[in-house]
Amino acid sequence: MSSPPHRLELRGITKRFPGCLANDQVDLVLRPGEIHALLGENGAGKSTLVKIIYGVLHADAGQIRWNGHDTHIPDPAGARRLGIGMVFQHFSLFDTLTVAENISLGLDQPGPMDALSARIAEVSERYGLSLDPRRHVHNLSVGERQRVEIVRCLLQDPKLLIMDEPTSVLTPQEATRLFETLRRLAAEGCTILYISHKLEEIRALCDTATVLRGGRVVGSCDPRKETARSLAEMMIGTELSTPERLPQGEAGAAKLQVRHLSTTSDNPFATNLKDVSFEVRAGEILGIAGVAGNGQAELMAALSGEALVPDPASVAIEGRPAGHLGPRERRLLGLAFVPEERLGRGAVPELSLSENALLSGYAREPLVRSGLVHFGRARSYAERIIGAFNVVTHGHRAEARSLSGGNLQKFIIGREILQKPRLLVVGQPTWGVDAGAAAAIHRALIDLARSGAAVLVISQDLDELFVLSDRIAVLFHGHLSESRPTHHTSVEEIGLLMGGLFNHPPDEDEVDRAV
Amino acid sequence: MTLLRLEPRGEASRAMVYATPLLAVALTLASGFLLFWAMGFDPVKALHAFFIAPLLSLRGLGELAVKATPLVLCAIGLAIGFRANVWNIGAEGQLTLGAITGGGLALAFYGEGGWWLLPLMIVAGMAGGALWAAIPAFLRVRFNASEILTSLMLNYVALHLLNYLMHGPYRDPDGFAFPESRLFEADAVLPLLVAGTRVHLGSLFALLAVAAGWFLMARTFIGFQIKVIGLTPTAAGYAGFNQKKIIWLTLLLSGALAGLAGLGEVAGPIGQMNPTISPGYGYTAIIVAFLGRLHPVGILLAGFLMALSFIGGEAAQIALGLPKAITGVFQGMLLFFLLATDVLIRYRVRFGAKGAAGSGVGRAAA
Repeated sequence: MSSPPHRLELRGITKRFPGCLANDQVDLVLRPGEIHALLGENGAGKSTLVKIIYGVLHADAGQIRWNGHDTHIPDPAGARRLGIGMVFQHFSLFDTLTVAENISLGLDQPGPMDALSARIAEVSERYGLSLDPRRHVHNLSVGERQRVEIVRCLLQDPKLLIMDEPTSVLTPQEATRLFETLRRLAAEGCTILYISHKLEEIRALCDTATVLRGGRVVGSCDPRKETARSLAEMMIGTELSTPERLPQGEAGAAKLQVRHLSTTSDNPFATNLKDVSFEVRAGEILGIAGVAGNGQAELMAALSGEALVPDPASVAIEGRPAGHLGPRERRLLGLAFVPEERLGRGAVPELSLSENALLSGYAREPLVRSGLVHFGRARSYAERIIGAFNVVTHGHRAEARSLSGGNLQKFIIGREILQKPRLLVVGQPTWGVDAGAAAAIHRALIDLARSGAAVLVISQDLDELFVLSDRIAVLFHGHLSESRPTHHTSVEEIGLLMGGLFNHPPDEDEVDRAV
Repeated sequence: MTLLRLEPRGEASRAMVYATPLLAVALTLASGFLLFWAMGFDPVKALHAFFIAPLLSLRGLGELAVKATPLVLCAIGLAIGFRANVWNIGAEGQLTLGAITGGGLALAFYGEGGWWLLPLMIVAGMAGGALWAAIPAFLRVRFNASEILTSLMLNYVALHLLNYLMHGPYRDPDGFAFPESRLFEADAVLPLLVAGTRVHLGSLFALLAVAAGWFLMARTFIGFQIKVIGLTPTAAGYAGFNQKKIIWLTLLLSGALAGLAGLGEVAGPIGQMNPTISPGYGYTAIIVAFLGRLHPVGILLAGFLMALSFIGGEAAQIALGLPKAITGVFQGMLLFFLLATDVLIRYRVRFGAKGAAGSGVGRAAA
């Protein structure tokens, strides 16, 4: 304890929420210049701990020492004054403002705009984060938006930078560049606290890892000396069963055919689909990769029926034109659908699990009879889902919002799969879901495909797509690439496609965007 | 640190949903007690005059039911719409239209009525209210025009329409140019339910509306769709619920109930058409709906409470010489305490400093 003081030292941090102990006597030591991973399943207490460090939450008990001195972090502004910066998983940027204006809004003392722009240019160049301060945020890719957030932190000369799942929105190439920046920062003495589920990248990037489980520290290790599997097992506390790769069976009849699908939207920030064509056959899983904001939301809406498409024939379910049909009619044709947003689209937060079972279950399960809801059946349907998919909850009465992300996702996927769909469309099946639940969800999707249904997975997580898919296609600026068999492609090749390197005639729209 | 803290409950307390209105009434009475005492009145006597005396006579109870009837009828319909985020502020106008169409029939068939006239008037009153509500429904569905504004503005149109009719076609030919119609004939008047009071058949309709409203929201799939659309419109879109259909349905339904309330006034206690059918029942019903937590049974109780505050206020003016504003003061306190105590539904009060309990580690059950 006499050598150079620790950058940050937490002793016995305890934080209790009603009904759960989020942090239980957590100790954590961060040294200057290290890249320290914070690992744990969802609900393990990572976010709570990080929010305590950043002053968003206050610990019920425990001490925080900063550079060797006891300290109290009253709020995020106090954390920034100490030299703590944080890049959140979800950005808080205004689309209609420029980079410099956005950054100025987040600074405690922004100073004149010209000087600020010059400093932004300087800092972004020094750390290899190319960024034009005058551009508007709505023109930026997700990776560039993240750079805005990082530069905003760097301008305050942080001694500790907290990164919350930073690569979940990046292409592999963008992630590699981010790692270079982080390594350079660490070399200059900045400490980085890195939160992620992606074990491979923690092995590649971090010097130390602290593993949380159920609110307690269950171990710390040097991730470079561990395997991804051993890290995962430390996280979930049991042995991990990874789903086997689906042997390439012969695909059956086309369940979903999309032909020359183009969309138009009144929303200036929407990405219109341009001449998208693909099909998903019985028994196979097609994965659609791509960085967020390249048309995934529009494709999901056009497939689910939440947005109708002008030409009915451009979306066909089991050979029947369905583009003009709403969600209910498409469900009757055999479609089930898991949206990207769980709470607020896939489930109603304030309603119980039985009522949420009814939300999409009404179409294919006998839950409604002559206009009356059969609540007994809705309850037993919810209980069937809870049982079959190991949803951790205190029963069918629990409100959807009381479930953790992973459990709610298991419930929603279970609700769709138990309807025995002939075609399942899933958006981001395991985004923000812990490893145990993710494995269960992957298992369920593969089983569904094996039983003869067609499955379409739209995800930004390449590892996931490589585990699940038989074929992978990439969505970029509203165009869809040709699909490739998974075993004939590589992460690198898909990564390049995600950056837009595939053959399609450039169109005016993109030229506009580039200006 | 502090002696009194609010701690989130994690999930809504069902007991508190029912307990807080009672708590609010208790707090209102306690504050009223202090208020009367500070003003130099005998608080027990004043509260008695305000809240108890009107309930002691059959006639008083009858008046309570008469006043509560239009409030409950309007509020039931409004609440169903509010649950779906359909903000019909136009119950006053829809009520007026119901009186105009239903009452118009009574005048049109003056002297040639029969048993069939009253049922026809009831249907016409509901249709009139529903038609008036159909205008904002159409504008909302077709042009996405805010129903808050359109339904509100139509209230004034309805009032002017009534005024025109009362000075023209509806006026009593033998009425010396007073803007009043002939008194309705017996065939066109709602039968009284309790002798010695003015309680009429409309009160029974209000009770039926309470039961039907509960059934719709609690048991039917339409009610479920209304709930989902109100809570999370995107989830309703995902599930494939037709939001336009629900807008039409809720507006037509609340319009019809308000129209029935209007018909009940002219064919009930008023017994003729005049230019002041409603002292603002359609507006007060908005408060009743929220006071009753948008729940039919709650609305029934809230309707009686609001009716009591009207009648008690009048009684207090007469018995104690209190200013008219006393009614507003009590209504305001009631609403204030209800909103304040509602925090207990999602939070519990804890005494003592934070974390001092110490033994909470064991409560970490998932």
